[in-house]
Amino acid sequence: MTLTRRDVENIAHLARLGIEEQELPVYAGSLSRIIEFVEQLASASTDDVEPMAHPLEDQVQRLRVDEPTETDHRERYQQNAPQVEAGLYIVPKVIE
Amino acid sequence: MSLHLKSAAELGRGLAAGEYSSVELTRHFLGRIGQGNGRLNAFITVTGERALDQARRADAAIGAGRGGPLTGVPLAHKDIFCTDGILTTCGSRMLSNFVSPYDATVVERLAAAGTVMLGKTNMDEFAMGSSNETSYYGPVRNPWDEACVPGGSSGGSAAAVAARLAPAATGTDTGGSIRQPAALTGLTGIKPTYGRVSRYGMIAFASSLDQGGVLAQSAEDAALLLEAMAGFDSRDSTCVDAPVPAYATQLDRPVKGLRIGIIREFFGEGLDPATGDAVQAALDAYRRMGAELVEVSLPALPLSVPTYYVVAPAECSSNLSRFDGVRFGHRCRDPKDLLDLYTRSRGEGFGTEVKRRIMTGTYVLSAGYYDAYYLKAQKVRSLINADFKRAFADVDVLMGPTSPTPAFRIGAKVDDPITMYLNDIYTIGANLAGLPALSAPCGMVGGLPVGLQLIGPHFAEARILAAAHAYQRESDWHRRVPPAWA
Repeated sequence: MTLTRRDVENIAHLARLGIEEQELPVYAGSLSRIIEFVEQLASASTDDVEPMAHPLEDQVQRLRVDEPTETDHRERYQQNAPQVEAGLYIVPKVIE
Repeated sequence: MSLHLKSAAELGRGLAAGEYSSVELTRHFLGRIGQGNGRLNAFITVTGERALDQARRADAAIGAGRGGPLTGVPLAHKDIFCTDGILTTCGSRMLSNFVSPYDATVVERLAAAGTVMLGKTNMDEFAMGSSNETSYYGPVRNPWDEACVPGGSSGGSAAAVAARLAPAATGTDTGGSIRQPAALTGLTGIKPTYGRVSRYGMIAFASSLDQGGVLAQSAEDAALLLEAMAGFDSRDSTCVDAPVPAYATQLDRPVKGLRIGIIREFFGEGLDPATGDAVQAALDAYRRMGAELVEVSLPALPLSVPTYYVVAPAECSSNLSRFDGVRFGHRCRDPKDLLDLYTRSRGEGFGTEVKRRIMTGTYVLSAGYYDAYYLKAQKVRSLINADFKRAFADVDVLMGPTSPTPAFRIGAKVDDPITMYLNDIYTIGANLAGLPALSAPCGMVGGLPVGLQLIGPHFAEARILAAAHAYQRESDWHRRVPPAWA
């Protein structure tokens, strides 16, 4: 599978990644090599094989009682935010 | 003997005996970091004040008879672990302004055990790399040869301990990121069973593979540290609720009668012959100690690298979507709309390798390709897991090389991602199957260390630590220090 410059643009858009114009062909080249490399998986016979989603068998997702366990740390957490106002995270206007 | 040449276990005993104080010890290591870090670039942040505070508290605890085996022992933490009130970058521009509002469980537990944090170590960006060259903070140098890489992604932790700037350090391992740098710098590094150590506060890369662990000078040190950091944590839903054995008290288990499986697939094409010879010599030593060696074949294992390079990027593309320039992390200047805010913040904040992996993951998960890549990889992962399970029905531990070559030169592999990815050809299998695995030094090639890898069944950390310890009683590779740093 060879990825084109256009493919890279599409993938980058899906991943919300800004890629510089001159970098597009570079990524097209390296991503094509990676996809080509992983395509050797097709050679493995996996009929009737269950996909493995978790490294440990017999593990079940733990449940907990639906009660609040956390206290409010908003002010502390927002110290890392690029822009806040009155406790709200500020982003560019979404709806005109 | 100079303080920095002692292991963490020895330092713990010396502190308990009152031979030196933790403050003295901490000052000694802070001094070494001050002198050596300019050359190695092993630390991103040095936390001198906090370290001396912790050291004073440790000295008080020891004085009051409340000390444990690690009380007052200095350590370094990989900069992937969140540390309350301290810069936590994950080696990325994206988090170059992130001051964590909480401690990772690993950091919290090691602090509760009385250890002293010297600082935060350099790493490949978001732990994606095998050479520490993808760090936003620049490459780390290998103390054995400063023109060479220390391995990665826990390269800063490896270089710091190898140069004895810290007695031990934490690391994380998604595809070999503890074991490969441990091998390339002459350390003992352990990645425990998936779920053994809490991932809370450990910045996520590939959540079905990530696991925290230790880079240390010996199996004994690794056992002590792992014991302190492992165990159930309700804040990580994949953390296993099972008691933690006292690893350090089980190190003297005999090797006699141990059935060791030699993985045939690890000794084929691509293995540097001198590295193979060093590993073979270690296997011969185990035979002399009374172990039984049998060759085993894991036929699906050669597919572990392509499997990993579907699964890990897929999980990373999902995990790293949290970096959006809104709540924390890098934000671009003057975004014109929300899409521009996302794309430019992420485009500027992430480096080339991280972007490449996010895009690989996005591609393999995208409509029309999911079955061919992601589902297929998860099925091959089952095959690899079944191979390990079959092998462990017959043997107690699997052994082979950790890395196909000793440390390579900085810049030698940066141009081709596939060449770089193949560094982890022997380490990835244990991550895919969630198995505990360890690398221990077993020789030198051209002045550079070689690592022997030990892989155990799930939760057999005590067994692989004891097997490594037995070898370290018969050899002194783990005691060698780079001449320039002795």
